[in-house]
Amino acid sequence: MSYRLGVDVGGTFTDVLLVEEGSGSTWRAKTASTPADQAVGVLIGIGQVCAAAGIELSEVAQVLHGTTVATNAILEGKGATVGLVTTKGFRQVLQIARSFVPGGLAGWIIWPKPEPLADLGNTVEVDERIASDGAVIRQLDEDDVRAQLTKLAGRGIQALAVSLINSFADPAHEKRIAEIAAEVLPGVPVSLSSDVLPELREYERTLTTVANGYVQPQVKRYIQTLSDKLAEGGVAGELAILRSDGGLQTASAAVAAPVTMLMSGPAGGVTGAVWVAEQSGYRDLITFDMGGTSTDVGLVQDLSPRIGRETKVGDLTVRASSVDVRTVGAGGGSIAHVPELTKALRVGPQSAGADPGPAAYGKGGADPTVTDANVVLGYLPPSLAGGEITLDVDAARAAVAKVAEAMGLESAEAAAAGIVDIVNENMLGGLRLVSVQQGFDPRDFALVAFGGAGPLHANALGRLTGAWPVIVPPSPGVLCALGDATTSRRDESARTVLRRFAQLEGGELGSMLRELADEAGGRLAEQGLPRDQQTVGYQVDVRYHGQGFEIPVDVDDPDASLEALGERFDAEHNRLFSFLLDVDHEIVNARATVTGPKPDVAPVSLAKGDGDPSGARVSELEIYVGGEHVPAGVYDRAKLRAGDVVRGPAIVTEMDSTTLVLPGHAATVHPSGSLLINPEN
Amino acid sequence: MAQIIETATGAIEKGEVDPVTLDLIENGLRNARYEMDEVLFRTALSPGIREQHDEFPLIADPDGKMVVGQFGLSIPDFLDGFDDTIEEGDVLLTSDPYACGAAISHANDWLVVVPIFKEGRVVGWAAMFGHMSDVGGKTPSSMPTDARTIFEEGVIIPPFKLYAKGQLNEDALRIVLNQVRKPDWNRADLNGLVAACRTASRRVVEMCDRFGTGTYLSALDSLLQRNYDAMKVLLAMVFEEGRTLSFTDYICDDGIGNGPYELKLSLTRTGDKVHLDFTGSSPQAAGPINYYINENLTRMFFGIYMITVADPQILWNDGFYPLVDVTIPDGSYWKPKFPAALSGRNHGIGRVFDLFGGLLGQTNPALLNAAGFSSSPHFMYSGFYSEGERKGEWFQLYSIGFGGIPGRPLGDGPDGHSLWPSFVNIPCEYLESYYPLRIEKWETVADTGGAGLHRGGNGVDVAYVFEEPGTIAIHDDRWLTYPWGVNGGHPGARGTKWVERIDGTRQVLPSKCHDVPVSPGDVLHFVTWGGGGWGDPLERDPELVAKEVRRGLVTAEGAKRYGVCVADDGTVEADATETLRDQMRADRPADLPVFDMGPPIEELLANCEAETGLPAPKRPVWTG
Repeated sequence: MSYRLGVDVGGTFTDVLLVEEGSGSTWRAKTASTPADQAVGVLIGIGQVCAAAGIELSEVAQVLHGTTVATNAILEGKGATVGLVTTKGFRQVLQIARSFVPGGLAGWIIWPKPEPLADLGNTVEVDERIASDGAVIRQLDEDDVRAQLTKLAGRGIQALAVSLINSFADPAHEKRIAEIAAEVLPGVPVSLSSDVLPELREYERTLTTVANGYVQPQVKRYIQTLSDKLAEGGVAGELAILRSDGGLQTASAAVAAPVTMLMSGPAGGVTGAVWVAEQSGYRDLITFDMGGTSTDVGLVQDLSPRIGRETKVGDLTVRASSVDVRTVGAGGGSIAHVPELTKALRVGPQSAGADPGPAAYGKGGADPTVTDANVVLGYLPPSLAGGEITLDVDAARAAVAKVAEAMGLESAEAAAAGIVDIVNENMLGGLRLVSVQQGFDPRDFALVAFGGAGPLHANALGRLTGAWPVIVPPSPGVLCALGDATTSRRDESARTVLRRFAQLEGGELGSMLRELADEAGGRLAEQGLPRDQQTVGYQVDVRYHGQGFEIPVDVDDPDASLEALGERFDAEHNRLFSFLLDVDHEIVNARATVTGPKPDVAPVSLAKGDGDPSGARVSELEIYVGGEHVPAGVYDRAKLRAGDVVRGPAIVTEMDSTTLVLPGHAATVHPSGSLLINPEN
Repeated sequence: MAQIIETATGAIEKGEVDPVTLDLIENGLRNARYEMDEVLFRTALSPGIREQHDEFPLIADPDGKMVVGQFGLSIPDFLDGFDDTIEEGDVLLTSDPYACGAAISHANDWLVVVPIFKEGRVVGWAAMFGHMSDVGGKTPSSMPTDARTIFEEGVIIPPFKLYAKGQLNEDALRIVLNQVRKPDWNRADLNGLVAACRTASRRVVEMCDRFGTGTYLSALDSLLQRNYDAMKVLLAMVFEEGRTLSFTDYICDDGIGNGPYELKLSLTRTGDKVHLDFTGSSPQAAGPINYYINENLTRMFFGIYMITVADPQILWNDGFYPLVDVTIPDGSYWKPKFPAALSGRNHGIGRVFDLFGGLLGQTNPALLNAAGFSSSPHFMYSGFYSEGERKGEWFQLYSIGFGGIPGRPLGDGPDGHSLWPSFVNIPCEYLESYYPLRIEKWETVADTGGAGLHRGGNGVDVAYVFEEPGTIAIHDDRWLTYPWGVNGGHPGARGTKWVERIDGTRQVLPSKCHDVPVSPGDVLHFVTWGGGGWGDPLERDPELVAKEVRRGLVTAEGAKRYGVCVADDGTVEADATETLRDQMRADRPADLPVFDMGPPIEELLANCEAETGLPAPKRPVWTG
């Protein structure tokens, strides 16, 4: 018997999922997160889940962990005090921040500019200069370096970031500064931009390097504590951390480059969705993760999530590969309002948050939220989670009635339906971003819905996008932990090339790609993943010479001709923008990604039913849909069997989620446990 | 006047639209408009669009009224000037401001207009224009600072069918592209504009499919009506009946020795309507700085200020136009007579924001911003590589500078940032990889932001070291008049440009110049202006002032403008600060002025040469 543990630490709950690889059996535990020291909650959850499975902690072979420690350090502004070293003349690189002001015309009037992650007062310049082709224009003045670093010595610097102009072309000066820093600032961890992100664009590279240093001490402390506590508790298996791109890395790799794990949380959801879709027989899917304040959507093609080259956390955008998840500011807690001047119905981006939360939670919230609208419509039964939480229907109705009044609608139900329609439309905008706007037709994809509120809105989003079936995985609330437990090892190496095809020698790109694969593969081998178990993927970012954006193109064979690469790029460009240019192609970045084998986890299989779900039917409620009140069956998901068909209008409830099946649609229970919603006829 | 050919007949039945469907359609239009931007940004080759995002999309109703978009073009004015049929599959192109009623304002802007057909009927228009980095003419980038007629400013494309019923007019395109220096750029950007408009068309047709054409069109009417209703309420709320507000700002010079140009705008509300009046502005310039604006654009600018305050989520559209009357005197800076030169109008567009800010802020000084970075200064560098593997190859750089955002009610103005949405600077490493130059310094200049309770943002000093012989061009302003401060805040510093020649000499350059030769090793300092300050600088927290001294954003000497004495170790000298502040309070009038424009124009002109190193311009006068 071999056990894998998936652990996802969220803001409110810590989810732990234990998977027995042989049978695919799972046990789960949900416990309150412990923000002061997340490791405490993790250990409690692990203890609970092992007890439920009747195994010792020592039997756990691997602990696979998605964590928001790095993300929270940035969101809460509680990272390290970072000192920054730049080339002379560029100390304000973070202050100027590419001169970008978000928002529309007049957006500058209301934009509060965030403080740079490294204080300008803790930024020093050194005299040196490297040209864009790597030539040394001015040698590094080592005396100056010592003098500048000495200035930082008394200022309580907890991490040092070094980012020199054109260091992507030659890292020598940065490396020498690291050596000198080891003498002048002993014990202070150093992040070099040529290690963290050897790519062109000084602001993005500097910011990413500083972010790495900013989160590093906390990540290191956390992972150390967790490792120690796991060992104390008797867990002998190794700890692996989920990267933003959905792959796993060893704990020590995570500590070395924590900027690669800023999207660890959402990546778990996407990898979990991939697992679930594959079990149900679907390889192309859109993920739809709707929570309390926001909704994350992503696109997966042939079981591979689209990987973006940027990671966004709050105001911050760093250059690090991550699952290409777009966030829409719409969730169950989004507040509906009607501006007096226009009488339009707006939903969000303001959110009631967890406290006071929607009016229906009875914690003093009075603003009408999406959750309240769902309550008024009857989609969320008043008694949730096995009777532990009850919803205040009257409070929800009173809140929503305010919208009805402001808009001159005849009933609270009509207003509630409007709120749900608008929030669905907002989320449709997000789904379009990852599908239609990237040249993908959502009708070619399944829609995997999870998160607390996803299954409630999924059927409607399926109708708006035409993405069928809508797949609602079992335990949609712990999908991230499932993703952590079912993904594979991964690492990548990348380099800026910036050459036109005409400037490349034959075979030059191939040998570069193989070098990169060798680098990444070597690191994984050092971490215990033998070379013969590694799979290598190559990618180059290509554009027409002169364009400002590049398109990542997969390269199957590193020795394939540049003509073939150009054709693939043209095909992609044509798909995205429906035209081609007669301009030389240019390679901007080359990248090799090395992955380990997928864990061998057997699928679960539900007991087979006869198609009739009446054994799981627990009650009947009246819901408001399509402008009228209709009766809807309420089903207990735990009692549904494989092959059962639940016809809408219906509500399927389980511990952490509620699924709405609309009239004219039916949910079929797949043997793997997922609900597959399709239109009837 | 365009003749639109529709193959279907009979009216489309419109009806009531329920409020939720209305909001759904509004949302769909908004998504389509942002998708247009996305398509163009990602495919454009020319730096103007690719890096600066100088482009403006819109989607209009069948009458050409904008239902979603940004300021900057007008379909009805375009259609008035287009003397041909319009059929399904047509794609129209123009770059002639004089032939489309100033729907665009200089020949660098290429405007694409696409009729959206659904089952044989026009259900709307998609249009977009983008700034081409080069359209030919006598200087690289096509904006000669000494032009006196539009004929010096490159190819002027009259409105014509780039595609007729889906067929590309290749000959016409070939003739046009033969006029420009970087035809690959123009071709790519034009493709992007067309692709973006076609994307918008598809989205509109999809909405007609989803909601029904009648419902879709009715929704557009309602959205327009929503703006009208909202504006009517706002106007009555904000403006006193019969009281005329006026504000004047300046463009420093016209590139050929005239200036400063007075830009005057007045507003009076009478009943439901307001009257915007540019009377009192300077006559048209002999140089290329004229900003040819039409009545509809003026309404749009006005509306941006008014509606975004009321409901920032509202889909901003043309519906309120009947509530705004506009007077623009013929032959003025705003309505020059053909064939006046127009290429350098970017200062005017920027200054419109200061102008409206100063005008409308008077009714509520607490919401008033200082003056700031109201332009998009250009820097151009071009030539032929003289050696190496690219010997003989043409290089052409077009880039935008950034400066100090004004002090705001919200807080300090950011240093070295953009007032324009979605503009970003071109990274140093990108410039050095693609152009024969090096950047030795890229930082904001301490003390250039105007002092205030909320400090104005600092201007930027970028030092370019040239590596190949070539020529440079500069388009900037605010070198003579000051970015004003408000509510007691001081003006920001003015901009300046100079070259340090390899032989050690220093040459001050005018803020508008072109064809200035440079040699390898010459260094250009391109210093932009700072934002004005907001509120009383003596009220600013001394600790914050000291912190900014430590950060190098304010000098110890500059701290004294805030009445703050900072010691050598960067800490506040509390007693000295208190004494200094008391002294400064005693020495100034009790009531601080709402606007601090700096010294009067006469004084600026008198001291011009001594202060700026440049001769004073000659004030323009109306004649005949």
